[in-house]
Amino acid sequence: MAGSNHSHDVAHHEAAHADHGSTKSYLIGFALSVVLTLASFGVVMSGAVPHDLMMPGIVVFGVAQLVVQLVCFLHMGTSPAQRGNLAIMLFTVLILAIVVVGSLWVLHNMNENMMHPLPRMMPVE
Amino acid sequence: MSSTALSAHHGALDGVSHGGDAHHHDDGSKTLLGFWIYLMSDCLIFSGLFATFAVLANATAGGPTGKELFELPYVLGETMLLLVSSVTFGMAMLNMHAGHRGKVIAWLAVTFLFGAGFIGMEVYEFAHLVHEGAGPSHSAFLSSYFTLVGTHGLHVTCGLIWLVVMMDQMRRFGLTDATRRRLSCLSLFWHFLDIVWICVFTFVYLRGAI
Repeated sequence: MAGSNHSHDVAHHEAAHADHGSTKSYLIGFALSVVLTLASFGVVMSGAVPHDLMMPGIVVFGVAQLVVQLVCFLHMGTSPAQRGNLAIMLFTVLILAIVVVGSLWVLHNMNENMMHPLPRMMPVE
Repeated sequence: MSSTALSAHHGALDGVSHGGDAHHHDDGSKTLLGFWIYLMSDCLIFSGLFATFAVLANATAGGPTGKELFELPYVLGETMLLLVSSVTFGMAMLNMHAGHRGKVIAWLAVTFLFGAGFIGMEVYEFAHLVHEGAGPSHSAFLSSYFTLVGTHGLHVTCGLIWLVVMMDQMRRFGLTDATRRRLSCLSLFWHFLDIVWICVFTFVYLRGAI
């Protein structure tokens, strides 16, 4: 079964999966991910980074690692075969941003405006 | 038009008969696209949980805060286990494309061990928190923490079960079109969970410890 299909499978997979990565791309992705992970934890744990720069630091390293893993492990790219997946992902990122940023924005405003004791009511003339 | 109908027809028979014409052959790309859409909808579940956690992160109700509870070196260990498992799965996929069934099963087994190590560490962490009295019922912060991290852990556990099933299918059926397609879906799922974990350790653990 496997033998009879072998030549056919090879031809078909070379045509269909031109971009399934290589040992090299996985190892590059792994090395970059390890470095970025250590950098993220280092920002918070080392104590060498000023407090104000910690949050921007971990966000930058986190986003960089997201991109590294999407490209090296999930083989996202702008090749024609991947363009559909990329478009779906970008749309999801848009929805995600609306949900997360919107929730934080709305609830932050509610906290600011509604969680304090009311000021003394002014008499209405 | 007719070619669409033909390929759809062939897709339905996939795994039963393999014609010689590569042109109408279903390469599983439609299944992978569908699975990718599922993963993106799964992203929306996580975005809801992340938003909830972000809103409730300071609602500790006088209980312990993230800064007091989280042990970053332990979380770094969990992160490394999951990261290594992602690469070993990549090795399994490369061997699948090269047609080495034995090596695929071996790399999947290695992946399973690292994934199980991650889940073991997470279960121990949860048990430790509950034992310290910082269980999910203690504050809104801890409820949302356990829900978010627990949902990720549940996904990884499902991935582990799927790994075992795929190792058995590889052993029984070998590298057929169907098992290749299923393993490709699992590969997407596994790498996706690693990506969600990046957001978890950044926005839950590191942000909590600042």
